[in-house]
Amino acid sequence: MKSKVGLAVAALSCALALYLAVPSAIDAQREQATFVTHSGRVVTTTGQVLDPLYAGEAVQFDPEKYLREFDYGEVSKLPDGRTLREYTIVAEDDRVMEISPGVFYNVWTYNGTVPGPTIRATEGDVVRVHFVNEGEREHTIHFHGTHPAGMDGVFEVVGGGGGRFTYEFEAGPVGVHPYHCHVMPLEEHIVHGLYGVFIVDPAQGREPADEMVMVLNGFDTDFDGENNLYAANTVPFYYQHHPIEIGVGELVRVYVVNMVEFDPINNFHLHGNLYHYYPTGTGTVPSEFTDMITLSQTERGIMEFTYDYPGRYLFHAHKVEFSEKGWVGVFLARGA
Amino acid sequence: MRARTAAAGAAPLALVVLLMAYVLGPGSAVLELGVALPDITIERVQFEESEVRVEVRNTGPVPVEIVMADINDRIQPAAVEPDGRLERLESALVRIPFEWNEAEPYEVGLTVADGTRFARQVGAAAPALEPGAELAGLLALVGVYVGIVPVMIGLLWMPFIRRTGPAWRSFFFALTAGLLFFLGIDAAEEALEISAEWLAPAFNGTMLVATAASISFLALHWVGARANLRPGRGPAAAAVILAGSIGLHNMGEGLAIGGALGAGSVAFGAFLVAGFALHNVTEGVAIASSASRARAGAVRLAGLGLLAGAPAVLGAWAGGFAYSPLAAVAFLAVGSGAAFQVAASVSRQLLEEKALASAPAAAGFAAGMAAMYATGLMIG
Repeated sequence: MKSKVGLAVAALSCALALYLAVPSAIDAQREQATFVTHSGRVVTTTGQVLDPLYAGEAVQFDPEKYLREFDYGEVSKLPDGRTLREYTIVAEDDRVMEISPGVFYNVWTYNGTVPGPTIRATEGDVVRVHFVNEGEREHTIHFHGTHPAGMDGVFEVVGGGGGRFTYEFEAGPVGVHPYHCHVMPLEEHIVHGLYGVFIVDPAQGREPADEMVMVLNGFDTDFDGENNLYAANTVPFYYQHHPIEIGVGELVRVYVVNMVEFDPINNFHLHGNLYHYYPTGTGTVPSEFTDMITLSQTERGIMEFTYDYPGRYLFHAHKVEFSEKGWVGVFLARGA
Repeated sequence: MRARTAAAGAAPLALVVLLMAYVLGPGSAVLELGVALPDITIERVQFEESEVRVEVRNTGPVPVEIVMADINDRIQPAAVEPDGRLERLESALVRIPFEWNEAEPYEVGLTVADGTRFARQVGAAAPALEPGAELAGLLALVGVYVGIVPVMIGLLWMPFIRRTGPAWRSFFFALTAGLLFFLGIDAAEEALEISAEWLAPAFNGTMLVATAASISFLALHWVGARANLRPGRGPAAAAVILAGSIGLHNMGEGLAIGGALGAGSVAFGAFLVAGFALHNVTEGVAIASSASRARAGAVRLAGLGLLAGAPAVLGAWAGGFAYSPLAAVAFLAVGSGAAFQVAASVSRQLLEEKALASAPAAAGFAAGMAAMYATGLMIG
């Protein structure tokens, strides 16, 4: 009797030991991959890494290029001596973009990207935008700024499948403005990506600087009325993994436009420095010298700052939920 | 003749296979209507040293790709093993390195390729136990406390039951039936509860419980009927079946306790063990009552006790080391069907003895249920 019990116990323990040992033996044969956590810990896995870290070559939309790219249009002189700037903007609504590694979303685009091109003119120039709607739905372009009612892109709905409209107005006022589609349902057309930045320079120009554009945006990928991803310039965490290089002692000018929907506010916090802030970019005197501004929908402005020390400086939403979902980046200050 | 019968039976079956082959193969394009949405189910969340481990299963109609993980809706770098692509009903382990705080609630979210996020709440994070000899020992100890010891103590009532008169014997026998009736309902309820919370709708938990319970009821019924055919073996076989069915129930109970312990998802303390133990002493009384009719000796009685109690240890091990809600639901449902079958056969025996409608039997049945209810209150 006793020996039988002993035998049973031995058999059970053997089975248990085998069970515990075998899975680890199988794991050891698989290939290992590593990834780094937010706090810098390196973790090894036998499986596949899930990390919103975009390799530069895989990105369909290049935040690096968008950052400093300005479209001044096709320039000619009008008989009255004014400068005419002509642009062509094509709307589409059938593109699917990998907005974050592995996450595919149907973006609606101006000239194929979210945000659309950054249009830049000088105050008093005549801006002529040839708009072509190659989408399936109706779209328009509604520019913030001064223009006649008929150029407002609200009541002049442009049909899909090649519909056309030409927007023409005198650039103004000086500053940084958004443009976006204004077809109902409005929220749907905006959050899918139909927006961009329109910069109007003062006639006398601005002090030379390293200029860049940041559109603060978000994506509600599961359509529950809350953004799943946030970013400066569309791709979450991009500038964190690919720091923006700037020069020590060099003036940096950032044109910031908040296009985040659903959340009432967004904000912009800069590390290791403060910036002069010009709301809407319309004035010549900064309203604040700060490291933190709050922006509501389509609220925008110009920031100017200079770093005195080299190194890596974070910038991000201090509504940290947004930064933990992608609205975070790094300035890398180089040089003496 | 036999060949023709076989052919007649097989022909429709062959046509069914053909139909399936066509509908799933070349015919599938014709039948693609509507939008098939991805669906995944987070089946288990475990909190380990600096890491949250999430077991996820594709429970939707289409293959999915897990692409992003978050804790409390904040994106975290993570890993999915073996890989993120899941075919229908395939499962994977998502490892999210995260410095979690004990006793705080967390929401774990996973996002699939089309951007849909699926989440599960955990009421309070608690460390999972490390699989190993220590956990095996702990689980065995719990199983012994919850299963074997109380059942054995309950068995010690046998001499008392044996010496009492026929009225008391009816009382105790009916008590067994009441207790098993209670256990049957209890196990079915727990199975439904686990399936509702942790099983994907794809598994159809309610019908799984109904099917498993029915099959176990019928199987025991068949075994019991065969045993009764052999002269003089009836009462002994009935006692074994009774102990076995209680064992199945305790196995399910052990699975649930082991699973909860292994995941660290319960505040498991002496009080809970005491509750389970007291609860299960009554199971011993039931076996004693049944065994007293079989005139079982001490060794056989101990054997019956082990048959009823030891599965709690096995269940605790299985639950602690490889918990699967599916297995827990299946075992609980099988235990439920078994308990109902034994309750029915005990009642039938009382009926044959013309004692079913007697005052002692009614009191016994009521006492059995009441005792289970009262001791169950301690478990909460």
